Amino acid sequence: MGQTLLQKVWDLHTVRTLPTGQTQLFIGLHLVHEVTTPQAFDELRARGWKVAFPNRTFATVDHIVPTRHRQRPFLDVMAEDMMSALERNCREYGVPLWNLGDANQGIVHVIGPELGLTQPGLTIACGDSHTSTHGAFGAIAFGIGTSQVRDVLATQCLAMEALKVRRVRVTGVLPRGVYAKDVILAIIRRLGVRGGVGYAYEYAGNTIERMSMDERMTICNMSIEGGARVGYVNPDETTFRYLDGRTFAPQGEAFARARQWWSSLASDPDAIYDDDIEINAEELTPVVTWGTNPGQAIGVGESIPTPEQTPEADRAGTAEALEYMGFRAGQQMAGTKIDVAFIGSCTNARLSDLREAARIVRGRHVAPHVKALVVPGSAGVRAAAEREGLHQIFRAAGFDWREAGCSMCLGMNPDKLEGREICASSSNRNFKGRQGSATGRTLLMSPAMVAAAAVAGEVIDVREIA
Amino acid sequence: MPTSLRMKELSGTAVPVRGDDIDTDRIIPARHLRSITFDGLERFVFDDDRKEAGGAGKAGGARGVHPFDDERYRGATVLVVNRNFGCGSSREHAPQAIHRWGIQVIVGESFSDIFFGNSAVIGLPCVTASPSDIEALLTAVEKVPSTPVTVDLDALACVHGSVRFELTMPRNIRDAFLSGAWDTTGMLLDRFDEVRDVAARLPYVSGFTQR
Repeated sequence: MGQTLLQKVWDLHTVRTLPTGQTQLFIGLHLVHEVTTPQAFDELRARGWKVAFPNRTFATVDHIVPTRHRQRPFLDVMAEDMMSALERNCREYGVPLWNLGDANQGIVHVIGPELGLTQPGLTIACGDSHTSTHGAFGAIAFGIGTSQVRDVLATQCLAMEALKVRRVRVTGVLPRGVYAKDVILAIIRRLGVRGGVGYAYEYAGNTIERMSMDERMTICNMSIEGGARVGYVNPDETTFRYLDGRTFAPQGEAFARARQWWSSLASDPDAIYDDDIEINAEELTPVVTWGTNPGQAIGVGESIPTPEQTPEADRAGTAEALEYMGFRAGQQMAGTKIDVAFIGSCTNARLSDLREAARIVRGRHVAPHVKALVVPGSAGVRAAAEREGLHQIFRAAGFDWREAGCSMCLGMNPDKLEGREICASSSNRNFKGRQGSATGRTLLMSPAMVAAAAVAGEVIDVREIA
Repeated sequence: MPTSLRMKELSGTAVPVRGDDIDTDRIIPARHLRSITFDGLERFVFDDDRKEAGGAGKAGGARGVHPFDDERYRGATVLVVNRNFGCGSSREHAPQAIHRWGIQVIVGESFSDIFFGNSAVIGLPCVTASPSDIEALLTAVEKVPSTPVTVDLDALACVHGSVRFELTMPRNIRDAFLSGAWDTTGMLLDRFDEVRDVAARLPYVSGFTQR
């Protein structure tokens, strides 16, 4: 009987079955950032433990860093404390740190792949739920909490429960103006925000196979928004081409050997799945969220459902979301006036995202009432974009061009919504208060749709202008 | 394992927080993560929801106040929730804030995977029950906040007043709480030779240098 990639990678990394019945899983790559780790290092210190495999942990700063004024010490004393703590911890425990000013600094889920640290067949953990991003390479990657960060530091292992696998097959050619972001939003809309609890999602089908690594990362990134802690794509030629020549990827003969091993890890054709679903890519349109979870989404030409049109169990949530957002059931999202346009985050701040957004804003200008910003996912993305002149296109169109970081995705650095502002956002969460204002409102969409909304001053179908 | 880590029966009063998909940004907004310790996080648990409930007099308990601000629920040790509680971010600050507020066990319809794991590893069991049993428990503690509630992890049952209903929890995790083995690091460090063996057989650990 065939095996899935998840089963193969899981078995290869299994140390033993713990007395609790859980699996002790070896972690191949551990990524750390400033927010979810200081308490973990403190416990190590208190208990006199060392970092078990210091060469398998890498650190950067992303969540709290300002994207405009980066002088140290930061004005925010608490943020400054967190920065100093990470610097001290990395120094003391021998963990490499890409700090502000380094060419490799950036959002942890952007730099891992960019540097070739993220590879097929690895188990990858990080104190951040969007670690699922790395699954795009055929790795088993998932978010963990601070106590588990401590476990990985001290033992390079985690105590884990087994996961079921659902194959999500996406087939057909994506229509013009429909992107990877629309595909994952459509998947979450279909399966629900809790449909993936207990599952890993294997994204397959010819639509996924034709996608670039950037696009696959966007899809895997938001697995957790559908409740799936893990999402992955089987490694193929696209994966290997992406990795070839990257700093931490194997080189020369080692690369050839790696490639052979990586190929062997893909799910077997006769693998058994716990569930299997199919999505027709050709029926998709650009998607916009109208509510307070990523499953509350509609095609840009559709109307917001009434509570009665949603499954009975979701009615209360629909009504509550409508009230928070100040929208009416039956209204369309197109025409919704926006206050802020944010292009950034680990979901959509890679070079191809910025290129597509720049293509749309070129020769146009941000609407007068809109604050617009582009925050590249990493210093590397930023430099590459500048080599192509994308920063000039964005600036000429009235966008702020910022330094790399998580920025306005999560409201713990200076980039925040104010009051009831509505933000067209290429990020991943439209939760209440997510973007830093307790009453702020987030509309999730593709970077191209954000660019179009910035220019129009309201939500519009990007296909109307590009 | 020290006996102090063993958990079998948890009793106390319960605080109800209704709603599906209550995410970790709502449990603890990101601005409160700007700290290098977990100390004092209990002050900010459900911060925005509590302010919203207090300010607008809605979306909260029976009296237009969030249950965590409602004096009738002061001292509660059981939290009762609906579906997919703790979805979203992996921030351990969420269960830490709830735990430090005084909650010792969470009873709900379902939990997100990451929240469930983060809670278990800090000694905060999350147990599930059927929607109708949860609804009955929510209603009971909303009506009579002083209702004594007992969660028995051994029998996997919850008792409130004269009502008793079944709970579910993965056996492994339940056994870990019963035996006090939920503190994982020691267990993972045990037999560390086997960890080295696994590392040695993974081709990428040696940089694919071996044929």
